[in-house]
Amino acid sequence: MKILVCISHVPDTTSKINFTDGDTKFDTQGVQFVINPNDEFGLTRAMWLKEKQGASIDVINVGNSSSEPTLRKALAIGADKAIRIDADPLDGYFVAKQISEYVKTSSYDLIIAGRESIDYNGAMVPGLIAGFLKINYVTNCTKLEIDNEKVELDREIDGGKETLNCTLPLIIGGQKGLVEESDLRIPNMRGIMQARQKPLEVLEAFDCSSNTKTIKFYKPEPKQAVKLVSADNLDELINLLHNEAKVL
Amino acid sequence: MSVLTYIESSNGKIKKNSFELASYSCELAKLLNTDVVALTINSEDVNELSNYGITKIIKVNNDSLNKFKASTFADVISKAVNHTNSNYIVLSSSLDSKYLAPLLAAGINAAYVNNVIGLPSSLAPFTIKRTAFTNKAFSDSSINSDKTIIGLSSNSFGLIENSVQSEIEELNVEVENSDLTVNSSEKVSGQISIADADIVVSAGRGMKGPENWNLIEDLAGTLGAATACSKPVSDMGWRPHSEHVGQTGKPVATNLYIAIGISGAIQHLAGINSSKIKVVINNDPEAPFFKAADYGVIGDAFDVVPRLNEKLKEFKAQNS
Ligand SMILES: Cc1cc2nc3c(=O)[nH]c(=O)nc-3n(C[C@H](O)[C@H](O)[C@H](O)COP(=O)(O)OP(=O)(O)OC[C@H]3O[C@@H](n4cnc5c(N)ncnc54)[C@H](O)[C@@H]3O)c2cc1C
Ligand SMILES: Nc1ncnc2c1ncn2[C@@H]1O[C@H](COP(=O)(O)O)[C@@H](O)[C@H]1O
Repeated sequence: MKILVCISHVPDTTSKINFTDGDTKFDTQGVQFVINPNDEFGLTRAMWLKEKQGASIDVINVGNSSSEPTLRKALAIGADKAIRIDADPLDGYFVAKQISEYVKTSSYDLIIAGRESIDYNGAMVPGLIAGFLKINYVTNCTKLEIDNEKVELDREIDGGKETLNCTLPLIIGGQKGLVEESDLRIPNMRGIMQARQKPLEVLEAFDCSSNTKTIKFYKPEPKQAVKLVSADNLDELINLLHNEAKVL
Repeated sequence: MSVLTYIESSNGKIKKNSFELASYSCELAKLLNTDVVALTINSEDVNELSNYGITKIIKVNNDSLNKFKASTFADVISKAVNHTNSNYIVLSSSLDSKYLAPLLAAGINAAYVNNVIGLPSSLAPFTIKRTAFTNKAFSDSSINSDKTIIGLSSNSFGLIENSVQSEIEELNVEVENSDLTVNSSEKVSGQISIADADIVVSAGRGMKGPENWNLIEDLAGTLGAATACSKPVSDMGWRPHSEHVGQTGKPVATNLYIAIGISGAIQHLAGINSSKIKVVINNDPEAPFFKAADYGVIGDAFDVVPRLNEKLKEFKAQNS
C-alpha cells in the first residue's frame, strides 16, 4: 500500500500572531513552525499501517524552502520519502491543485491530510483533492482501519459520530482520535540521523493561479477588562447577563 | 445570477441555524441586486423560511437522500446551482456543510471561503472578512472566480426578520451513488450539540474528576446549554472527545460560553474566542482566562456552581 501524507507547515499553537508589510503578511519572526497537529495524528496513523501492514509513506508539502525542516521532521518520525512542491502556498485551491497534479503522476492508495490547518483554517485541501481526482473522501476522521481493500472509518458529526465503509483509493481529513496524543511519535536520534539520508525531492510547481487572495490581516480589538462579580453576589451576574449582555 | 443557500434539515425539520443563513443570504442578494433561493433536501415544512426574506424555495425530496452523504449532497446542490444559475452559494458552518463544501467547489469550479463573519466589504473585487489563525486574527479575502461558496460562521450575523411570500418549486434530481456507505450514526440523544447550542457550559481540570460533572450537567440543564470541556479533561477520559473544545478540538461560536475551572491556555482560548460573551469561574485570580472573559467570578467552583444553578432556576421560573 502506498500512502501519501500531506503536511502543512504551521506556526506552533503558542505563537503570537503578528503581521508585517502593511498587515498583508504573517510575521514569521521568532515563530516556531511545526507539523500541523491534525497532520501529525495522520502521520502517526500512517506509521502504524506501515509497521503492521508494510505500507510505504511519502510526505508532501507545497511550500518554499523554509518548510524543509518540517519535512525532515516527518522523515525522522518514519516517512520514507519527502516531496516539496516549490511554491508559496497561495490558497487552499492552489495547494490542492498542486497535490492533485502530483498524485496523477504517481498513484497512491491512501492520501492522509488534516481536517484543517491551524493557520489559515481553510478546511478544504483534502476535499478539493477528492473532488479533482474523483476519489472517496471522509473528513473529521477519527478512526481508520484498512483490511485489504476494505476500509472502515469513523467520522465526527455534530453531536456524535458515524461509521462509514468504502474502498481505496481514499483521501481523509484526519484529526485527534485517528491516534491519541500519547501515541504521537517524537523523532529519536536514530530517526534524525536516518532522515538525513532519505530523499527529499523538490518539484517545480504546476502552472495554476489561486482563486482567493488575502489582502489584509487584522488583529482583534483589544478586549475590555473583565467585570468581576463577587461570589457572594451571583444575582448580579445573572442581572448583567440578562440586562447588559442580553444572553439570558 | 442569484444567491443560493443550502438549508440543512434533520429528520425533516429545518435546522435552527437556517434563519441566520436565510437572513444573511437575503442581505447578500440585496447588495448584489439579485434574487435569493433556498434549497432544502428532504425537509417537510419549509414555510418558516418566508419569515426571513426567502422568496423562492427549491425542495428536493428523495428517499435516497435520507442519510447525509457529502458527495451526493454536493452533487444535488451543484444541480440546484445550475438550475438556478447561481453565482453565490451560502453554506452553514456545520460539520456536514464544511464536509461537502470543497467537493461542491471542485464540482462547480467555485472559490470557497469559510469562517466568513460578514457581508462583503466590496463587490469588485468581491472581498469578504473571515477569521484566520484559529480566531487569533481576521483577514480580508478577495475572490477571483465566477462562482463563490461562502461558509458563514455561526452566530456571526444574526437574524433579520422580513415576512414575504415564497414560491416553492419541487425539483427532481437523479442521485448518483458511490461505493462509500454510511452505516450508522450515534448521536448523544437528548443532548444539545455544541454546534447547535446558544449557550455552552464548559469545564476543565479544576473540577477534579468525572464524578463531579453532575454540577456541570445540572447547570447546563437549567440553561438549556451544551456541555464542553478542556483538552486534558477529554484526554484523561473524564469526558467524551466530542466535548473537547479549543484549537485542536471543536470550535465554539456561541452566544454565551461559561468556563468553569479552566485556566485559559492560549490553545483553549483560540477555539472559543468567537463566542460573544464569556464568563469565567475560577478560584485563581491570576488565571489567564480572566483576561479573555467579559464577566468573572473568583471562587471555588464547588461552591459557586450549585448556588448559581439555584439562582438561575429561580430566574428562569420568573422569566418564562
Ligand atoms: C498542541 C497543543 C494543542 C492544544 N489544544 C488544546 C485545545 O484544543 N483545547 C484545550 O482546552 N487545550 C488545548 N491544549 C492544552 C492547553 O495548553 C492547556 O493545557 C489546557 O487547556 C488546560 O486545561 P485546563 O484549563 O482544564 O487545566 P489547568 O490548566 O490545569 O487549569 C485548571 C484551572 O482550574 C482552576 N481550579 C482548580 N480548582 C478549582 C476550583 N475548585 N474552583 C474553580 N477553579 C478551580 C485552576 O485555578 C486552573 O486555572 C493544547 C496544548 C497543546 C500543546
Ligand atoms: N501547503 C500545504 N502543503 C501540503 N499539505 C497541505 C498544505 N496546506 C494544507 N495541506 C493539507 O491540507 C489539510 C487541510 O488544510 P487547509 O485546507 O489549509 O485547512 C492540512 O491539514 C494538510 O494536511
